[in-house]
Amino acid sequence: MSAEKKKSYYSESFRLFRKNRVAMVSVIVLLLLSALALLAPVICRYDPNLQSLRDRLQTPSAEHWFGTDEVGRDIFTRCIYGCRISLSVGIVSQLIASVIGYLLGVSAGYFGGKVDDVISFLIQVFSSFPFLLFAMALMNVLGPGLLNLYLSLGILSWAGTARLIRGTVMQLKNQEYIQACKTDGGGNLRIILKHLLPNCVPMLIVSITLGIPSAILSEASLSYLGLGVQIPTASWGSMISESQTYIRTHTYYSLFPGLLIIITVMAFNMLGDGLRDALDPKLHSGGSL
Amino acid sequence: MWRYIGKRTLLALGIMLCISLITFIILNVIPGDVAAMMLGDFATADNIAQLRENMGLNRPLPVQYFSWLGGIVRGDFGTSYFQNRPVLELIHISFSYTVVIAVSAYVVAVVLGLSFGILAATHRGGVVDRLVMHLSVFGISAPSFWVAILLQLYFGLQLKWFPISGAKAAGWFVLPAFALGTRYAASISRITRTSMLEVMGQDYIRTCYAKGLNRLRVTIVHVFRNALIPVITILGNDFGALLTGSMITEKIFNIPGVGKMLIDAINRRDIPLVQGGVIYVAIICVVVYFTVDILYAVINPNIRLTKDVN
Repeated sequence: MSAEKKKSYYSESFRLFRKNRVAMVSVIVLLLLSALALLAPVICRYDPNLQSLRDRLQTPSAEHWFGTDEVGRDIFTRCIYGCRISLSVGIVSQLIASVIGYLLGVSAGYFGGKVDDVISFLIQVFSSFPFLLFAMALMNVLGPGLLNLYLSLGILSWAGTARLIRGTVMQLKNQEYIQACKTDGGGNLRIILKHLLPNCVPMLIVSITLGIPSAILSEASLSYLGLGVQIPTASWGSMISESQTYIRTHTYYSLFPGLLIIITVMAFNMLGDGLRDALDPKLHSGGSL
Repeated sequence: MWRYIGKRTLLALGIMLCISLITFIILNVIPGDVAAMMLGDFATADNIAQLRENMGLNRPLPVQYFSWLGGIVRGDFGTSYFQNRPVLELIHISFSYTVVIAVSAYVVAVVLGLSFGILAATHRGGVVDRLVMHLSVFGISAPSFWVAILLQLYFGLQLKWFPISGAKAAGWFVLPAFALGTRYAASISRITRTSMLEVMGQDYIRTCYAKGLNRLRVTIVHVFRNALIPVITILGNDFGALLTGSMITEKIFNIPGVGKMLIDAINRRDIPLVQGGVIYVAIICVVVYFTVDILYAVINPNIRLTKDVN
């Protein structure tokens, strides 16, 4: 792909993406959520972990927008800080997964033979075992914490990406410019990083974006079970778990973190769908790939 | 066909072996001392040493792995440290609950998913289609434990239609089935819609209409039947996912299934039970996927003729 063509491919994608109203709305929602997460200490008037038993279980008010929890912590503040956890776990774990997935997928597709057999087998293994169960087992051994969440969700969710990349690379490696590069004495590493990677980038972008929502849901589930973040860190999942005792009397408590999970996950799903359509060369008017 | 089945069986066995190794590594190799972990913070060095001896943890790791694996092959999954009963016995008791939840959630998912998918496809672009699609995005995005809480709140506490905790009779399983099933219903409806639309664009469907067949007949007999092939793979995989994904739902509704057993075992640090339970569920999962693969090949001859091990 020459530089000029590459540019036109991405500008055509961008043009298509901008026309997709649903995707644009999801971008705005996600930018807003990211801003809230980044600016949390500036926006919030309270400390997310500051307990104030005098103010426990207050209904939403001007003072406490989302009310307070069972030990008097401000729920709005905890929701905003929870946003940091969800977004970072989603993004970092999927970056880890996509690096592993790319390296294994490209090796399988490019080298073929025995390497492909072994990696394909691993892909099958990692896509046929119960994900949440192994995440639980892993978190149980590693102990709760943000870094462990990144690692265990990342390590367990690379198989889908690897399978996609493997398939693409198997097609790409027989194309003329790859063959030409080989005849020209180009090493394997050079081909994998310089020629195959740019062609896989659109696919990686889509698989990361669509992987994030499931990572966020897994984090919420793990934190709900007490296997995610360390207490008292605010996470949407752990907040829902804490709120469960009070659903009869304080419905709003579990509502806010639940709605935030849905909004975030929905936005990433719609963004991913929009990106997939926009980056699909078949839908480009000029057929620039 | 037999060749294909043979190949898949070997692959499934290989996958199970690999999963057993991963389970063993996760729970035994990284990091530190299982015995110390099980006994908690107040254990003395003597207690830990004693437990290590009893559990055979002083043997080299490969020996431990093979003796554990050998036990599983013979049907001996070890003994629960806390309840002092064979792991397999505990699993069998709780697994029946999980199967009931999974099957009822599956019925919810398939019935809702297929009917909404067909409805959306036949009303393409209309209000119904848009409504179904928006609902399905919502369904895919909502965490099951939160849906469960909402269902408990509304149908359990407000309307008092169903009990919200426990598992004594059929009525106890209604809310868990919906809590767990909606998410899968959402994804099934999306795939059904896409697949239906693809078939509806084919020439032979136009021919059907041109021959004057009525709409309902064309939709059911010609479109739906052909659209079903990609849907079936998803249906199969979903069943495997449901069997293992019911963990949190069980915990919320306080149903003594495998998921709740495992979560409790993890909290109590009952490593033999966790280890046995994880490998048991994983084996079931692989067997389900394997069966789906074979069924898929029976339905669609293209697969067994062209698809090799991958």
